[in-house]
Amino acid sequence: MATATTEAAAPAKAPDSDRSRGENRLGWKLAGPALAVMLAVTAWPILQAIYLSTFSYRLTDPDARSFVGLGNYVTVLTDSLWWRDFGVTVLLTAVTVVVELVIGFVFAMVMHRIIFGRGIIRTSILVPYGIITVVSAYSWQYAFSLDSGFVNSWFGFADFDWFGGFWSSFFVICLSEIWKTTPFISLLLLAGLAQVPEDMQEAAKVDGATAWQRLWKVTIPNMKGAILVAVLFRTLDAFRIFDNVFVMTGGANGTETLSLLVYRQIINRVEMGLGSAISVLLFLSVLLIAFSFVKLFRVDLATARGER
Amino acid sequence: MVRKGADRQPEARAFRPGARRSLRRVGLVVSGVLTASLLAACGGGDSGPPTLTWYINPDVGNVDPTAGGQATLAKECSEASNGAYDMEVQLLPVDASAQREQLVRRLAAQDSSIDLMSLDPPFTAEFATAGFLAPVPEDKKQLFTQGVLDGAVEQATWEDDLVAVPFWANTQLLWYRKSVVEEAGLDMSKPVTWDQIIDAAVQTDTTVGVQANRYEGYSVWINALVEGGGGSIVENAEAGQDAKIALDTPAGREAAAIIQKLTESSAADPAISTAQETESLATFARPNGGFLVIWPYIFADPSTEGIRNDIGWTRYPRTVADQPSAPPLGGINLAVSSYSENQDLAYQAAQCITSAEHQKDYMLAAGNPAAKAVVYDDPEVRKAYPMADAIRDSIDVAAPRVPTPYWSDVSSALQRAFHSPNSVSAQTPAEAAQLITDVLQGRALL
Repeated sequence: MATATTEAAAPAKAPDSDRSRGENRLGWKLAGPALAVMLAVTAWPILQAIYLSTFSYRLTDPDARSFVGLGNYVTVLTDSLWWRDFGVTVLLTAVTVVVELVIGFVFAMVMHRIIFGRGIIRTSILVPYGIITVVSAYSWQYAFSLDSGFVNSWFGFADFDWFGGFWSSFFVICLSEIWKTTPFISLLLLAGLAQVPEDMQEAAKVDGATAWQRLWKVTIPNMKGAILVAVLFRTLDAFRIFDNVFVMTGGANGTETLSLLVYRQIINRVEMGLGSAISVLLFLSVLLIAFSFVKLFRVDLATARGER
Repeated sequence: MVRKGADRQPEARAFRPGARRSLRRVGLVVSGVLTASLLAACGGGDSGPPTLTWYINPDVGNVDPTAGGQATLAKECSEASNGAYDMEVQLLPVDASAQREQLVRRLAAQDSSIDLMSLDPPFTAEFATAGFLAPVPEDKKQLFTQGVLDGAVEQATWEDDLVAVPFWANTQLLWYRKSVVEEAGLDMSKPVTWDQIIDAAVQTDTTVGVQANRYEGYSVWINALVEGGGGSIVENAEAGQDAKIALDTPAGREAAAIIQKLTESSAADPAISTAQETESLATFARPNGGFLVIWPYIFADPSTEGIRNDIGWTRYPRTVADQPSAPPLGGINLAVSSYSENQDLAYQAAQCITSAEHQKDYMLAAGNPAAKAVVYDDPEVRKAYPMADAIRDSIDVAAPRVPTPYWSDVSSALQRAFHSPNSVSAQTPAEAAQLITDVLQGRALL
């Protein structure tokens, strides 16, 4: 498949044949409506946000609306609150993605290798992912809270207030996030595992490779694409974390993340300009992460779908 | 997975005829329901009275019309209207900021399903500036303000115009333990200052309860201290974003000094930085409780049951000795949405809800003090509220939180600068003024 496309692409640099032009037209006709819908629901709001971000505009004081150019961006980028929230978000992303990758890989191996009770095991690993984030956030909050929680009495923490300081709140937020989204990563990794050729494993076994060597020399190199795609998706997701923090601390004790900062400016303060500027910056950060993953690690999205 | 699907196939086939039959039955039921609801809709649209939707803040009974809360008033007024309107209530969140958030979001989208709303007074200016409030009919203005306590009228007014209907009003009193005052030799028949009560509490080894968690209640306290010193946090509030923040003033510094004096003394609750109403009341109810500034509902609160005979009350303490105090003001105004399709009816309903009789019923059932002075002379009210006169007088002289369209921002920034109360120093007022100014002018995030 891969070789076929490259070969077909090379001579296409010469004048297109009637057939390829026809196929091109058909392609546009087929994909066109979907593209139009995509543009309407994603590009339009993004442009709208960029436009709004150049104004000082409060919804409840429409008369005071004024054009400020890039002023909002200057405000945001020179404000220590933005950088603090940025740091918290990066930290949260890094911690959760690393832990999820390790646990997710173990789960993927279990799901891949297990023979008895396959359906039960796979289902039970995937259950957390099916739970609504807000619901899971509340469950974890209740579990750790002082008045209704069981964690303190089970593990002998007496009356330690988990949501009273930064690190303890951060720990619970991470725990909930990891519990909730590890199944997603393991699902992507499972697809990767299925692509590792079994005969390679057997050849390595015959050559006397230990299980550890087979894991590092055969399995992981062969599913590198799937791993990077899993990490990319989770990083983009984790960077926009909102529900868990909103429910558990509401941003108290310095646990505020960038999405929460956007929420506060737009929903709470109805400062459309300032809020839009932060949303645009958040969007750019996400874009930058995706771009650097694709360029630096040469993640090929097609591998994850098993097209190559 | 595939194997399982194959297993199930014969099963599915076996069930098919039955499934089809039950499907048909479902179809019949659905079409029946649809027809019925269509008929009902037609009937309702043609002959029934228009429905007014009233967004209420939580109170006694919430949406239960038998408990004596706003839902009861809605029911009674609907009945009294002789079919002119039918009122239904929708419940807002508990938290005042969350109430504002929901209303702003709906009104900004020009939601016509809100006719009447119970509005927290500090947000009145914001709603009025945004054009969310339908103008009060000229012929009703006098009716809505007649016999209403000054403080309550003031907080329903923006730019010298009545923009909402005063419904009930609240104020804080200074509550004290008679035994403590006696021991300290403080004469409570005369106005007292914050300095005096902190000294008295230190001397008798008791506490002064305040609300200083990072929430709206802390802004209430700071605002009252500043107003009591003859200042105002926001000067020329009409300027909106360009308003002058007057915290780095004698009154502002006096306010910070009082907070600092309290937190550095033994009279402060150790958990002062997380104290809201409930926590400060618990402090007051403990054996070493001495003084407390809080809303009057506490007198009927179960936690004060054992000490009720020992509790005395007087006007809010003075910030400076030579100026009368400015007690905090709260309550609820009724506002009519400018996107409502039944504005006249909504104002008619507001008139019914805020009648003296309904205010009295509401005060007795929900414990929320009336906005009309006459209610406080009622024998039933005087029996239930021995401090009725003190409440009425306090509301009359109380100072609202500075009316500015940006109050929620001012308040959040104020809390950020003044929290934790343990870190308040002589520099705090200047820092707070700078932060609030920056936030208002879009130079800082919140």
